Amino acid sequence: MRITIDRDRCIGSGQCVMTAPGVFTQDDDAVVALLPGQEDGSGDPRVRDVPMACPVQAVTISGD
Amino acid sequence: MTETDIRSTGSPDLAFPQDRTCPYQPPKAYADGRGQGPLSRVELFDGRPAWMVTGHAEGRALLADPRLSSDWGHPVFPVVVRRTEDRGGLAFPLIGVDDPEHARQRRMLIPSFGVKRMAAMRPLIQDLVDRLLDDMLEKGPTADLVSAFALPVPSMAICELLGVPYGDHDFFEERSRDFVGAATSAEADAAFAALYGYLHGLVAKKQAEPGDGLLDELIARQLEEGALDHNEVVMIALVLLVAGHETTVNAIALGALTLLEHPEQLEALRNDPGLISGTVEELLRFTSVSDYMVRMAKEDIEVGDETIKAGDAVVVSISLMNRDAKAYENPDAFDVRRNARHHVGFGHGIHQCLGQNLARAEIEIALGTLVTRIPGLRLAVPVDAVPIKAGHDAQGPVELPVTW
Repeated sequence: MRITIDRDRCIGSGQCVMTAPGVFTQDDDAVVALLPGQEDGSGDPRVRDVPMACPVQAVTISGD
Repeated sequence: MTETDIRSTGSPDLAFPQDRTCPYQPPKAYADGRGQGPLSRVELFDGRPAWMVTGHAEGRALLADPRLSSDWGHPVFPVVVRRTEDRGGLAFPLIGVDDPEHARQRRMLIPSFGVKRMAAMRPLIQDLVDRLLDDMLEKGPTADLVSAFALPVPSMAICELLGVPYGDHDFFEERSRDFVGAATSAEADAAFAALYGYLHGLVAKKQAEPGDGLLDELIARQLEEGALDHNEVVMIALVLLVAGHETTVNAIALGALTLLEHPEQLEALRNDPGLISGTVEELLRFTSVSDYMVRMAKEDIEVGDETIKAGDAVVVSISLMNRDAKAYENPDAFDVRRNARHHVGFGHGIHQCLGQNLARAEIEIALGTLVTRIPGLRLAVPVDAVPIKAGHDAQGPVELPVTW
């Protein structure tokens, strides 16, 4: 699984952090960021729900 | 594909918006629009036809589609309520503008509503809730849950966040209510002018004597550096203050009413307080305080067999999207154990509610504490005697008489 985040699209809704708090965080500007070492989602199944939860499609997932 | 004009059905269009008869159910007249495809046709008060979007998937796609505009300043942007018929191109920051203007404004504000900041607000909200319930219990039994509890929680919280003195709350709560609930544009203008004047003075005062709050940060970082002017800071403050007053109060009051009307669900929550965050999401889905969103098509957009044409008015029905049987099993049942994820109670797309995580924290702490501390809580009048707001307002009770 590969997670791609588009920080320019992000509107800081925090839905990614709410859905998969072990993988996503917000930086000091409240823009989406991946927690260190979480670039592949570490097998957290909740990550699969994040693209649907994000209101602006700032998070995409590719691969198994 | 069949090309259909917005006026082509031949039958008279349903008037939009309609008042609810049950506080937490969509108006019965909208039911005709369900299950007949994702779009139906309605007529606005000024006779203008509009599309009403009722499908969950289609509504989410449209709310995220940049071909639909929120630009209130556009000369033919649809007017749904009489109070805004004469707004003279006044484009409110955030809610009434499109990207890139919207993104520029939102980026300045999101740090104050970020996940970390909201986590830090929770002890303060819990303290507010505890103190308000102490007062209510001391003065009761019998109370109006709106004025004693549901209103002061978000009012105090938004004042704290913005850096607005809560001592002035009677003034701006009343003007905020008048602004959003006005019957005519003259009444709305008067309430707007009073709020604008108050916040104009407050921003000037804060420039001279900086304090601690979102407005002070905007003044220090954006106004002083020239990224915002005085008028923009005042307008942003006005939008956030009004939004902070006219939404969460309804969510808390309507949430309490819905729980009291579904005793087996309330019992489930009392027996397992871990259900509270799911309960809040289900309440947001089921009650749909913001009944609809208004947009205008900038280009032709195909939805199923229909074409929304450039310039067409679009009302996205949050209430019916949240009750779409394709998205939720048994959608008209209130079930605190349901996974209500992906509801559109806060909207969707770039305009999804800026304060949603503050609202979640407030509703969760307010309702969780209320049902725990007052196990005997019940309505003091029959549910059909509870006065509710008109269809063009944020939905909720005007008053909620309770006893225990």
